[in-house]
Amino acid sequence: MILVFVEVRDGKVKKSSLEALSEGKRRADDLKQEANAVLVGHNLESLATEVLPYGASKVYVVENSLLSNYSAAGFAQALFSLVGEIKPEVILFSASSMGKDLAPRLAAKLGVSLASDCTRTIVKDGKLEVLRPIFAGKAFVTLSFKSSPIMATLRPNVFPLIDPGEKKGEVVKKEVVIPEDKIKAPVLEILREEGAEIDVTEAEIVVSGGRGMKGPENFDLLRDLTSLLPHSAVGASRSAVDAGWIDHQHQVGQTGKTVSPNLYVAFGISGAIQHLAGMSSSKFIVAVNKDPEASIFKVADFGVVGDLFQVIPHLKEELKKLASE
Amino acid sequence: MNIVVFVKRIPDTESKIRINHETGTIIEEGLNFVLNPYDEFAVEEALRLREAGGGKVTVLSVGGEESLVILKKCLAMGADEAFLLKDNTPETYDGLRMAKIIVRALEKKFSDYNLLFFGKQSVGADNAQVPSMVAEFLGLPQVNVVTKLEIEGTKGTAHREIEGALEKVSFSLPAVISAQKGLNEPRYETLKGIMMAKKKEIPMLTFEDLELNEEDIAPLLEVTKMESPPPRQAGKVIQEEPEAAAKKMVEYLHNEAKVI
Repeated sequence: MILVFVEVRDGKVKKSSLEALSEGKRRADDLKQEANAVLVGHNLESLATEVLPYGASKVYVVENSLLSNYSAAGFAQALFSLVGEIKPEVILFSASSMGKDLAPRLAAKLGVSLASDCTRTIVKDGKLEVLRPIFAGKAFVTLSFKSSPIMATLRPNVFPLIDPGEKKGEVVKKEVVIPEDKIKAPVLEILREEGAEIDVTEAEIVVSGGRGMKGPENFDLLRDLTSLLPHSAVGASRSAVDAGWIDHQHQVGQTGKTVSPNLYVAFGISGAIQHLAGMSSSKFIVAVNKDPEASIFKVADFGVVGDLFQVIPHLKEELKKLASE
Repeated sequence: MNIVVFVKRIPDTESKIRINHETGTIIEEGLNFVLNPYDEFAVEEALRLREAGGGKVTVLSVGGEESLVILKKCLAMGADEAFLLKDNTPETYDGLRMAKIIVRALEKKFSDYNLLFFGKQSVGADNAQVPSMVAEFLGLPQVNVVTKLEIEGTKGTAHREIEGALEKVSFSLPAVISAQKGLNEPRYETLKGIMMAKKKEIPMLTFEDLELNEEDIAPLLEVTKMESPPPRQAGKVIQEEPEAAAKKMVEYLHNEAKVI
Protein backbone atom coordinates (compact mmCIF):
# COMPACT_ATOMS: atom_id res chain seq x y z
CA MET A 1 0.00 0.00 0.00
CA ILE A 2 1.09 3.53 -0.73
CA LEU A 3 0.08 5.95 2.01
CA VAL A 4 -0.03 9.67 1.26
CA PHE A 5 -0.15 12.30 3.97
CA VAL A 6 -2.73 14.93 3.04
CA GLU A 7 -2.21 18.32 4.61
CA VAL A 8 -4.95 20.63 5.79
CA ARG A 9 -4.25 24.36 6.02
CA ASP A 10 -6.82 26.98 6.98
CA GLY A 11 -9.55 24.34 6.90
CA LYS A 12 -8.72 23.37 3.32
CA VAL A 13 -7.05 20.37 1.74
CA LYS A 14 -3.77 21.48 0.22
CA LYS A 15 -3.51 21.08 -3.55
CA SER A 16 0.11 19.90 -3.43
CA SER A 17 -1.02 17.00 -1.22
CA LEU A 18 -3.58 15.99 -3.84
CA GLU A 19 -0.76 16.11 -6.41
CA ALA A 20 1.21 13.71 -4.19
CA LEU A 21 -1.85 11.48 -3.84
CA SER A 22 -2.36 11.51 -7.62
CA GLU A 23 1.24 10.42 -8.14
CA GLY A 24 0.86 7.82 -5.38
CA LYS A 25 -2.20 6.45 -7.17
CA ARG A 26 -0.31 6.18 -10.49
CA ARG A 27 2.55 4.25 -8.87
CA ALA A 28 0.15 2.13 -6.82
CA ASP A 29 -1.52 1.11 -10.09
CA ASP A 30 1.91 0.15 -11.52
CA LEU A 31 2.63 -1.90 -8.42
CA LYS A 32 -0.91 -3.34 -8.28
CA GLN A 33 -1.38 -1.89 -4.85
CA GLU A 34 -3.84 0.44 -3.13
CA ALA A 35 -3.26 4.14 -2.63
CA ASN A 36 -4.58 5.45 0.65
CA ALA A 37 -4.54 8.89 2.21
CA VAL A 38 -4.24 10.09 5.78
CA LEU A 39 -5.39 13.35 7.34
CA VAL A 40 -4.20 14.31 10.81
CA GLY A 41 -5.83 16.86 13.08
CA HIS A 42 -9.17 17.53 14.66
CA ASN A 43 -12.70 17.66 13.17
CA LEU A 44 -11.59 16.70 9.67
CA GLU A 45 -14.21 14.18 8.63
CA SER A 46 -15.99 16.50 6.20
CA LEU A 47 -12.69 17.23 4.43
CA ALA A 48 -11.87 13.54 4.07
CA THR A 49 -14.61 13.03 1.46
CA GLU A 50 -12.98 15.73 -0.70
CA VAL A 51 -9.86 13.57 -0.92
CA LEU A 52 -11.59 10.38 -2.09
CA PRO A 53 -11.94 11.35 -5.79
CA TYR A 54 -8.14 11.66 -6.16
CA GLY A 55 -7.50 7.96 -6.12
CA ALA A 56 -7.63 7.01 -2.44
CA SER A 57 -9.19 3.65 -1.65
CA LYS A 58 -9.27 4.64 1.98
CA VAL A 59 -8.90 7.99 3.64
CA TYR A 60 -7.75 7.59 7.21
CA VAL A 61 -8.67 10.41 9.53
CA VAL A 62 -6.44 10.41 12.58
CA GLU A 63 -7.93 12.67 15.18
CA ASN A 64 -7.17 13.98 18.63
CA SER A 65 -8.03 17.37 20.11
CA LEU A 66 -4.32 17.85 20.89
CA LEU A 67 -3.69 17.82 17.13
CA SER A 68 -5.87 20.81 16.29
CA ASN A 69 -2.70 22.89 16.01
CA TYR A 70 0.25 21.52 14.05
CA SER A 71 3.35 20.25 15.80
CA ALA A 72 5.87 18.02 14.05
CA ALA A 73 6.31 15.86 17.13
CA GLY A 74 2.56 15.41 17.69
CA PHE A 75 1.76 14.73 14.05
CA ALA A 76 4.69 12.31 13.71
CA GLN A 77 3.43 10.42 16.76
CA ALA A 78 -0.07 10.16 15.26
CA LEU A 79 1.28 8.95 11.90
CA PHE A 80 3.61 6.52 13.63
CA SER A 81 0.65 4.81 15.34
CA LEU A 82 -1.25 4.50 12.06
CA VAL A 83 1.80 3.23 10.14
CA GLY A 84 2.38 0.58 12.83
CA GLU A 85 -1.18 -0.61 12.32
CA ILE A 86 -1.62 -0.52 8.55
CA LYS A 87 2.02 -1.11 7.52
CA PRO A 88 2.32 0.75 4.20
CA GLU A 89 5.22 -0.11 1.86
CA VAL A 90 5.55 3.52 0.73
CA ILE A 91 4.77 6.80 2.50
CA LEU A 92 4.59 10.01 0.47
CA PHE A 93 4.28 13.66 1.49
CA SER A 94 4.13 16.90 -0.42
CA ALA A 95 7.44 18.75 -0.02
CA SER A 96 5.47 21.68 1.41
CA SER A 97 6.74 23.50 4.47
CA MET A 98 4.76 21.07 6.63
CA GLY A 99 5.86 18.01 4.67
CA LYS A 100 9.52 19.03 4.87
CA ASP A 101 9.18 19.53 8.63
CA LEU A 102 7.18 16.41 9.40
CA ALA A 103 8.46 13.68 7.05
CA PRO A 104 12.01 13.55 8.45
CA ARG A 105 10.67 13.37 12.00
CA LEU A 106 8.52 10.38 11.07
CA ALA A 107 11.39 8.81 9.09
CA ALA A 108 13.64 8.98 12.16
CA LYS A 109 10.88 7.45 14.30
CA LEU A 110 10.64 4.58 11.80
CA GLY A 111 14.44 4.39 11.42
CA VAL A 112 14.25 4.77 7.63
CA SER A 113 15.85 7.08 5.09
CA LEU A 114 13.93 9.75 3.23
CA ALA A 115 14.25 11.22 -0.26
CA SER A 116 13.39 14.94 -0.24
CA ASP A 117 11.69 17.11 -2.82
CA CYS A 118 11.47 14.50 -5.58
CA THR A 119 10.42 15.49 -9.09
CA ARG A 120 9.78 12.04 -10.52
CA THR A 121 8.85 8.58 -9.22
CA ILE A 122 9.75 5.44 -11.13
CA VAL A 123 8.93 1.77 -10.69
CA LYS A 124 11.98 -0.33 -11.50
CA ASP A 125 12.05 -4.10 -11.02
CA GLY A 126 8.91 -3.85 -8.92
CA LYS A 127 10.41 -1.27 -6.58
CA LEU A 128 9.94 2.45 -6.30
CA GLU A 129 12.85 4.76 -7.16
CA VAL A 130 12.87 8.54 -7.24
CA LEU A 131 14.58 11.34 -9.10
CA ARG A 132 15.45 14.45 -7.12
CA PRO A 133 17.30 17.68 -7.81
CA ILE A 134 20.49 18.53 -5.97
CA PHE A 135 22.15 21.96 -5.96
CA ALA A 136 18.68 23.44 -6.54
CA GLY A 137 18.40 21.69 -9.88
CA LYS A 138 21.96 22.08 -11.20
CA ALA A 139 22.09 18.27 -11.11
CA PHE A 140 19.77 15.33 -10.45
CA VAL A 141 20.20 12.03 -8.64
CA THR A 142 18.20 8.85 -8.95
CA LEU A 143 17.85 7.17 -5.58
CA SER A 144 16.87 3.65 -4.63
CA PHE A 145 15.90 2.70 -1.10
CA LYS A 146 17.46 0.13 1.21
CA SER A 147 15.09 0.74 4.09
CA SER A 148 11.38 0.03 4.37
CA PRO A 149 8.88 1.63 4.30
CA ILE A 150 10.09 3.82 1.44
CA MET A 151 9.62 7.50 2.27
CA ALA A 152 9.71 10.50 -0.04
CA THR A 153 8.46 14.07 -0.25
CA LEU A 154 7.29 15.29 -3.67
CA ARG A 155 7.84 18.80 -4.96
CA PRO A 156 4.67 20.93 -5.33
CA ASN A 157 3.55 22.01 -8.81
CA VAL A 158 5.35 19.16 -10.59
CA PHE A 159 2.98 16.18 -10.49
CA PRO A 160 -0.30 16.47 -12.40
CA LEU A 161 -3.59 15.98 -10.56
CA ILE A 162 -5.57 12.99 -11.74
CA ASP A 163 -9.04 13.75 -13.03
CA PRO A 164 -11.20 13.43 -9.95
CA GLY A 165 -13.27 10.28 -10.30
CA GLU A 166 -16.18 8.97 -8.31
CA LYS A 167 -15.96 8.86 -4.56
CA LYS A 168 -15.62 5.09 -4.42
CA GLY A 169 -13.41 4.73 -1.39
CA GLU A 170 -14.25 4.92 2.27
CA VAL A 171 -13.38 7.19 5.15
CA VAL A 172 -11.87 5.39 8.14
CA LYS A 173 -11.78 7.24 11.45
CA LYS A 174 -8.99 6.55 13.91
CA GLU A 175 -8.86 8.05 17.36
CA VAL A 176 -5.28 8.15 18.61
CA VAL A 177 -4.05 8.47 22.13
CA ILE A 178 -1.32 11.06 22.38
CA PRO A 179 0.29 11.86 25.71
CA GLU A 180 0.40 15.62 26.18
CA ASP A 181 4.17 15.63 26.60
CA LYS A 182 4.51 14.28 23.04
CA ILE A 183 3.27 17.60 21.71
CA LYS A 184 6.45 19.63 21.36
CA ALA A 185 6.76 23.08 19.78
CA PRO A 186 3.08 23.53 18.84
CA VAL A 187 2.03 26.33 16.53
CA LEU A 188 0.36 29.10 18.54
CA GLU A 189 -0.89 31.14 15.61
CA ILE A 190 -0.33 31.78 11.94
CA LEU A 191 0.80 35.28 11.05
CA ARG A 192 -0.15 36.32 7.57
CA GLU A 193 0.77 39.39 5.62
CA GLU A 194 -2.08 41.73 4.78
CA GLY A 195 -3.71 40.67 1.49
CA ALA A 196 -2.48 37.06 1.90
CA GLU A 197 -0.42 36.35 -1.17
CA ILE A 198 0.13 32.99 -2.84
CA ASP A 199 3.59 31.57 -2.16
CA VAL A 200 5.98 31.47 -5.14
CA THR A 201 6.39 27.70 -4.74
CA GLU A 202 2.64 27.19 -5.20
CA ALA A 203 1.84 29.82 -7.80
CA GLU A 204 1.05 28.84 -11.37
CA ILE A 205 2.54 32.09 -12.61
CA VAL A 206 5.54 33.82 -10.99
CA VAL A 207 6.30 37.44 -11.92
CA SER A 208 9.81 38.21 -10.72
CA GLY A 209 11.93 41.33 -10.52
CA GLY A 210 15.66 41.80 -10.21
CA ARG A 211 18.19 44.59 -9.93
CA GLY A 212 16.61 46.21 -12.99
CA MET A 213 13.56 47.09 -10.87
CA LYS A 214 15.71 49.92 -9.44
CA GLY A 215 13.90 50.23 -6.11
CA PRO A 216 11.33 48.77 -3.70
CA GLU A 217 8.49 51.01 -4.90
CA ASN A 218 8.66 49.55 -8.40
CA PHE A 219 7.70 46.11 -7.18
CA ASP A 220 4.17 47.54 -7.11
CA LEU A 221 4.30 47.29 -10.91
CA LEU A 222 4.74 43.54 -10.55
CA ARG A 223 2.01 43.32 -7.90
CA ASP A 224 -0.28 45.10 -10.38
CA LEU A 225 0.56 42.50 -13.01
CA THR A 226 -0.15 39.61 -10.63
CA SER A 227 -3.59 41.11 -9.93
CA LEU A 228 -4.32 40.54 -13.64
CA LEU A 229 -2.97 36.98 -13.72
CA PRO A 230 -4.73 34.08 -11.95
CA HIS A 231 -2.85 32.08 -9.25
CA SER A 232 0.21 34.28 -9.57
CA ALA A 233 2.82 35.51 -7.12
CA VAL A 234 5.64 38.05 -7.06
CA GLY A 235 9.16 36.67 -7.03
CA ALA A 236 12.57 38.32 -6.82
CA SER A 237 16.24 37.73 -7.49
CA ARG A 238 18.80 37.64 -4.71
CA SER A 239 20.14 41.09 -5.54
CA ALA A 240 16.67 42.63 -5.15
CA VAL A 241 16.22 40.86 -1.81
CA ASP A 242 19.71 41.70 -0.56
CA ALA A 243 19.10 45.35 -1.47
CA GLY A 244 16.11 45.22 0.89
CA TRP A 245 13.54 45.94 -1.83
CA ILE A 246 11.38 42.93 -1.02
CA ASP A 247 11.17 40.25 1.69
CA HIS A 248 13.33 37.11 1.30
CA GLN A 249 10.13 34.99 1.26
CA HIS A 250 9.93 36.04 -2.40
CA GLN A 251 13.48 35.09 -3.33
CA VAL A 252 13.85 32.59 -6.16
CA GLY A 253 17.20 30.83 -6.59
CA GLN A 254 19.70 28.65 -4.86
CA THR A 255 19.52 30.44 -1.51
CA GLY A 256 15.83 31.15 -1.97
CA LYS A 257 13.06 29.01 -3.30
CA THR A 258 13.07 26.63 -6.23
CA VAL A 259 9.96 27.08 -8.34
CA SER A 260 8.43 25.27 -11.28
CA PRO A 261 5.35 27.27 -12.30
CA ASN A 262 3.60 27.09 -15.65
CA LEU A 263 4.96 30.52 -16.45
CA TYR A 264 7.92 32.42 -15.05
CA VAL A 265 8.25 36.07 -16.06
CA ALA A 266 11.62 37.72 -15.32
CA PHE A 267 11.84 41.52 -15.32
CA GLY A 268 15.27 43.09 -15.03
CA ILE A 269 16.89 39.81 -13.98
CA SER A 270 20.26 39.16 -15.61
CA GLY A 271 20.16 35.42 -14.91
CA ALA A 272 22.95 34.63 -12.44
CA ILE A 273 23.64 30.91 -12.30
CA GLN A 274 22.20 30.61 -8.78
CA HIS A 275 18.97 32.25 -9.97
CA LEU A 276 18.68 30.06 -13.07
CA ALA A 277 19.05 26.99 -10.82
CA GLY A 278 15.92 28.02 -8.95
CA MET A 279 13.62 28.61 -11.91
CA SER A 280 14.78 26.78 -15.02
CA SER A 281 12.37 23.90 -14.40
CA SER A 282 9.49 26.34 -15.08
CA LYS A 283 7.35 25.20 -17.99
CA PHE A 284 7.58 28.54 -19.84
CA ILE A 285 10.01 31.36 -19.23
CA VAL A 286 9.56 34.91 -20.48
CA ALA A 287 12.12 37.65 -19.87
CA VAL A 288 12.32 41.39 -20.31
CA ASN A 289 15.78 42.90 -20.03
CA LYS A 290 17.60 45.92 -21.44
CA ASP A 291 20.77 43.94 -22.03
CA PRO A 292 20.53 41.70 -25.13
CA GLU A 293 23.49 39.69 -23.77
CA ALA A 294 21.77 38.86 -20.44
CA SER A 295 22.07 35.14 -19.53
CA ILE A 296 18.35 34.98 -18.84
CA PHE A 297 17.72 35.00 -22.61
CA LYS A 298 19.60 31.69 -22.89
CA VAL A 299 16.82 29.94 -20.98
CA ALA A 300 13.84 32.09 -21.98
CA ASP A 301 11.24 30.77 -24.41
CA PHE A 302 10.33 34.33 -25.28
CA GLY A 303 12.50 37.37 -24.64
CA VAL A 304 12.00 41.08 -25.04
CA VAL A 305 15.04 43.34 -25.22
CA GLY A 306 13.74 46.59 -23.81
CA ASP A 307 13.04 48.85 -20.87
CA LEU A 308 10.74 47.07 -18.45
CA PHE A 309 9.32 50.40 -17.25
CA GLN A 310 8.09 51.06 -20.77
CA VAL A 311 6.95 47.51 -21.49
CA ILE A 312 4.95 46.86 -18.30
CA PRO A 313 2.23 49.53 -18.87
CA HIS A 314 1.54 48.11 -22.34
CA LEU A 315 1.54 44.59 -20.95
CA LYS A 316 -1.13 45.61 -18.46
CA GLU A 317 -3.25 47.01 -21.30
CA GLU A 318 -2.84 43.86 -23.38
CA LEU A 319 -3.71 41.61 -20.43
CA LYS A 320 -6.82 43.67 -19.68
CA LYS A 321 -7.83 43.43 -23.34
CA LEU A 322 -7.34 39.67 -23.27
CA ALA A 323 -9.40 39.35 -20.08
CA SER A 324 -12.30 41.28 -21.61
CA GLU A 325 -12.40 39.12 -24.74
CA MET B 1 23.40 28.98 27.53
CA ASN B 2 25.43 26.38 25.69
CA ILE B 3 24.78 26.14 22.00
CA VAL B 4 26.15 23.59 19.56
CA VAL B 5 26.05 24.70 15.92
CA PHE B 6 26.45 22.17 13.09
CA VAL B 7 28.10 23.51 9.96
CA LYS B 8 28.93 22.19 6.52
CA ARG B 9 31.25 23.11 3.68
CA ILE B 10 29.50 23.61 0.34
CA PRO B 11 30.41 24.88 -3.15
CA ASP B 12 29.41 28.53 -3.39
CA THR B 13 26.13 29.21 -5.13
CA GLU B 14 27.76 30.72 -8.23
CA SER B 15 29.38 27.36 -8.95
CA LYS B 16 28.71 25.41 -12.11
CA ILE B 17 28.17 21.81 -11.10
CA ARG B 18 29.96 19.21 -13.24
CA ILE B 19 29.48 15.49 -12.88
CA ASN B 20 31.97 12.67 -13.09
CA HIS B 21 29.75 10.13 -14.80
CA GLU B 22 32.11 7.23 -14.04
CA THR B 23 31.96 7.67 -10.30
CA GLY B 24 28.53 9.33 -10.19
CA THR B 25 29.86 12.17 -8.08
CA ILE B 26 30.32 15.93 -8.34
CA ILE B 27 33.69 17.08 -9.69
CA GLU B 28 35.17 19.14 -6.85
CA GLU B 29 38.14 20.44 -8.80
CA GLY B 30 37.76 24.13 -9.55
CA LEU B 31 34.90 24.66 -7.11
CA ASN B 32 35.10 27.39 -4.51
CA PHE B 33 33.95 26.01 -1.15
CA VAL B 34 32.36 28.16 1.52
CA LEU B 35 30.46 27.88 4.80
CA ASN B 36 26.86 26.90 3.99
CA PRO B 37 25.03 30.27 4.04
CA TYR B 38 22.16 29.00 6.23
CA ASP B 39 24.72 27.72 8.76
CA GLU B 40 26.18 31.22 8.86
CA PHE B 41 22.82 32.54 10.11
CA ALA B 42 22.84 29.79 12.75
CA VAL B 43 26.35 30.70 13.94
CA GLU B 44 25.43 34.40 14.08
CA GLU B 45 22.28 33.73 16.12
CA ALA B 46 24.25 31.56 18.55
CA LEU B 47 26.85 34.31 19.02
CA ARG B 48 24.11 36.90 19.68
CA LEU B 49 22.46 34.68 22.31
CA ARG B 50 25.83 34.16 24.02
CA GLU B 51 26.57 37.87 23.94
CA ALA B 52 23.19 38.58 25.54
CA GLY B 53 23.17 35.83 28.14
CA GLY B 54 26.61 34.22 28.44
CA GLY B 55 27.50 30.59 27.84
CA LYS B 56 29.46 28.87 25.14
CA VAL B 57 29.17 28.43 21.39
CA THR B 58 30.60 25.16 20.07
CA VAL B 59 30.81 24.54 16.33
CA LEU B 60 31.00 21.06 14.86
CA SER B 61 31.46 19.89 11.31
CA VAL B 62 31.34 16.34 10.00
CA GLY B 63 33.59 15.91 6.98
CA GLY B 64 37.13 15.79 5.65
CA GLU B 65 40.03 18.01 6.72
CA GLU B 66 39.06 20.49 3.99
CA SER B 67 36.30 21.53 6.40
CA LEU B 68 38.86 23.05 8.79
CA VAL B 69 38.64 26.26 6.75
CA ILE B 70 34.97 26.85 7.56
CA LEU B 71 35.55 25.96 11.21
CA LYS B 72 38.32 28.62 11.31
CA LYS B 73 35.83 31.08 9.89
CA CYS B 74 33.34 30.26 12.66
CA LEU B 75 36.08 30.76 15.26
CA ALA B 76 36.98 34.08 13.63
CA MET B 77 33.33 35.13 13.84
CA GLY B 78 33.58 34.49 17.59
CA ALA B 79 32.72 30.85 18.33
CA ASP B 80 34.40 29.60 21.52
CA GLU B 81 35.47 26.22 20.20
CA ALA B 82 35.31 24.15 17.05
CA PHE B 83 35.62 20.42 16.39
CA LEU B 84 35.97 18.37 13.25
CA LEU B 85 34.43 14.92 13.21
CA LYS B 86 36.33 13.16 10.48
CA ASP B 87 34.25 11.50 7.79
CA ASN B 88 35.76 10.94 4.37
CA THR B 89 32.66 9.32 2.88
CA PRO B 90 31.50 11.21 -0.20
CA GLU B 91 28.04 12.82 0.01
CA THR B 92 25.41 10.11 0.44
CA TYR B 93 22.29 12.35 0.25
CA ASP B 94 21.07 10.33 3.22
CA GLY B 95 20.01 12.63 6.06
CA LEU B 96 19.38 9.68 8.38
CA ARG B 97 23.05 8.69 8.27
CA MET B 98 24.18 12.21 9.22
CA ALA B 99 21.55 12.46 11.97
CA LYS B 100 22.80 9.22 13.52
CA ILE B 101 26.40 10.50 13.48
CA ILE B 102 25.43 13.81 15.04
CA VAL B 103 23.29 12.20 17.73
CA ARG B 104 26.16 9.90 18.70
CA ALA B 105 28.58 12.83 18.82
CA LEU B 106 26.18 14.75 21.09
CA GLU B 107 25.70 11.80 23.41
CA LYS B 108 29.39 10.94 23.69
CA LYS B 109 31.13 14.31 23.59
CA PHE B 110 28.77 17.27 23.72
CA SER B 111 25.96 16.31 26.05
CA ASP B 112 25.91 19.66 27.86
CA TYR B 113 23.79 21.81 25.54
CA ASN B 114 20.69 23.99 25.77
CA LEU B 115 20.20 24.55 22.06
CA LEU B 116 21.22 22.78 18.86
CA PHE B 117 21.47 25.03 15.82
CA PHE B 118 21.54 24.09 12.14
CA GLY B 119 21.04 25.83 8.83
CA LYS B 120 17.61 25.01 7.41
CA GLN B 121 19.32 22.91 4.74
CA SER B 122 22.74 22.47 3.24
CA VAL B 123 23.01 24.05 -0.16
CA GLY B 124 23.68 21.12 -2.47
CA ALA B 125 22.10 18.10 -0.84
CA ASP B 126 19.04 20.34 -0.29
CA ASN B 127 17.60 17.73 2.04
CA ALA B 128 16.35 19.72 5.04
CA GLN B 129 16.17 16.46 7.01
CA VAL B 130 18.90 16.36 9.63
CA PRO B 131 17.53 18.86 12.19
CA SER B 132 14.14 17.12 12.44
CA MET B 133 15.75 13.69 12.62
CA VAL B 134 18.17 14.76 15.36
CA ALA B 135 15.26 16.28 17.29
CA GLU B 136 13.28 13.04 17.01
CA PHE B 137 16.19 10.83 18.09
CA LEU B 138 16.81 13.03 21.13
CA GLY B 139 13.13 13.56 21.94
CA LEU B 140 13.46 17.33 21.57
CA PRO B 141 11.18 20.01 20.13
CA GLN B 142 12.13 21.22 16.64
CA VAL B 143 11.53 24.54 14.95
CA ASN B 144 12.71 24.67 11.36
CA VAL B 145 13.12 27.52 8.87
CA VAL B 146 13.27 30.10 11.67
CA THR B 147 13.29 33.83 10.85
CA LYS B 148 12.88 35.13 14.42
CA LEU B 149 13.97 33.63 17.72
CA GLU B 150 13.43 34.71 21.32
CA ILE B 151 14.75 32.80 24.31
CA GLU B 152 13.73 33.54 27.90
CA GLY B 153 15.15 31.19 30.52
CA THR B 154 14.08 27.70 29.52
CA LYS B 155 11.33 28.85 27.14
CA GLY B 156 11.46 30.06 23.60
CA THR B 157 9.24 31.40 20.86
CA ALA B 158 10.09 31.46 17.19
CA HIS B 159 8.67 32.43 13.85
CA ARG B 160 8.94 29.73 11.26
CA GLU B 161 8.42 30.43 7.56
CA ILE B 162 5.65 28.58 5.73
CA GLU B 163 3.95 29.25 2.38
CA GLY B 164 3.12 32.96 2.32
CA ALA B 165 2.93 33.22 6.11
CA LEU B 166 4.72 32.61 9.39
CA GLU B 167 3.94 30.15 12.16
CA LYS B 168 4.48 31.40 15.69
CA VAL B 169 5.74 28.48 17.73
CA SER B 170 6.48 28.07 21.44
CA PHE B 171 8.83 25.48 22.88
CA SER B 172 10.94 24.55 25.90
CA LEU B 173 14.68 24.06 25.99
CA PRO B 174 16.64 22.06 25.06
CA ALA B 175 15.49 22.38 21.46
CA VAL B 176 16.59 22.07 17.86
CA ILE B 177 16.43 25.19 15.69
CA SER B 178 17.21 25.53 11.98
CA ALA B 179 17.97 28.96 10.57
CA GLN B 180 16.49 30.63 7.50
CA LYS B 181 17.67 33.74 5.70
CA GLY B 182 16.15 36.77 7.42
CA LEU B 183 16.93 35.54 10.94
CA ASN B 184 19.83 37.99 11.21
CA GLU B 185 22.63 39.67 9.28
CA PRO B 186 25.81 37.63 9.88
CA ARG B 187 28.87 39.61 10.99
CA TYR B 188 32.11 39.75 9.07
CA GLU B 189 35.16 38.33 10.74
CA THR B 190 37.35 41.03 12.27
CA LEU B 191 41.14 41.05 11.92
CA LYS B 192 41.35 40.45 15.66
CA GLY B 193 38.96 37.52 15.32
CA ILE B 194 41.03 36.02 12.53
CA MET B 195 44.22 36.35 14.59
CA MET B 196 42.55 34.74 17.61
CA ALA B 197 41.16 31.93 15.45
CA LYS B 198 44.63 31.19 14.10
CA LYS B 199 45.85 30.48 17.61
CA LYS B 200 42.97 28.16 18.45
CA GLU B 201 43.35 24.47 17.87
CA ILE B 202 40.56 22.53 16.20
CA PRO B 203 40.46 19.07 17.76
CA MET B 204 39.61 16.22 15.43
CA LEU B 205 37.37 13.34 16.43
CA THR B 206 36.97 10.02 14.69
CA PHE B 207 34.13 7.52 14.49
CA GLU B 208 36.24 5.32 16.76
CA ASP B 209 36.18 8.01 19.44
CA LEU B 210 32.39 7.84 19.25
CA GLU B 211 32.34 4.03 19.14
CA LEU B 212 30.52 4.20 15.81
CA ASN B 213 30.83 1.27 13.44
CA GLU B 214 30.60 1.77 9.69
CA GLU B 215 27.61 -0.58 9.56
CA ASP B 216 25.71 1.53 12.10
CA ILE B 217 25.87 4.42 9.67
CA ALA B 218 25.76 2.65 6.31
CA PRO B 219 23.65 4.78 3.96
CA LEU B 220 20.15 3.43 3.33
CA LEU B 221 19.77 5.38 0.10
CA GLU B 222 21.72 4.45 -2.99
CA VAL B 223 22.56 6.92 -5.74
CA THR B 224 22.03 4.85 -8.87
CA LYS B 225 22.55 7.72 -11.28
CA MET B 226 23.67 11.34 -11.31
CA GLU B 227 22.90 13.52 -14.29
CA SER B 228 22.76 17.10 -15.49
CA PRO B 229 19.37 18.71 -16.10
CA PRO B 230 18.17 18.62 -19.71
CA PRO B 231 19.49 21.81 -21.35
CA ARG B 232 16.89 24.47 -22.04
CA GLN B 233 16.70 25.76 -25.58
CA ALA B 234 16.84 29.50 -25.96
CA GLY B 235 13.65 30.70 -27.61
CA LYS B 236 12.71 33.76 -29.58
CA VAL B 237 14.16 37.14 -28.56
CA ILE B 238 12.60 40.28 -30.01
CA GLN B 239 13.71 43.90 -29.90
CA GLU B 240 10.82 46.20 -30.81
CA GLU B 241 8.91 49.26 -29.63
CA PRO B 242 7.45 48.63 -26.14
CA GLU B 243 3.85 48.58 -27.36
CA ALA B 244 4.49 46.06 -30.15
CA ALA B 245 6.73 43.96 -27.88
CA ALA B 246 4.07 43.77 -25.16
CA LYS B 247 1.44 42.80 -27.73
CA LYS B 248 3.61 40.01 -29.17
CA MET B 249 4.47 38.75 -25.72
CA VAL B 250 0.82 38.40 -24.69
CA GLU B 251 -0.01 36.79 -28.05
CA TYR B 252 2.80 34.29 -27.50
CA LEU B 253 1.63 33.46 -23.98
CA HIS B 254 -1.99 33.10 -25.07
CA ASN B 255 -1.71 31.40 -28.47
CA GLU B 256 1.55 29.42 -28.39
CA ALA B 257 2.39 28.72 -24.76
CA LYS B 258 -1.31 28.72 -23.83
CA VAL B 259 -0.50 29.66 -20.25
CA ILE B 260 -2.84 32.65 -20.01
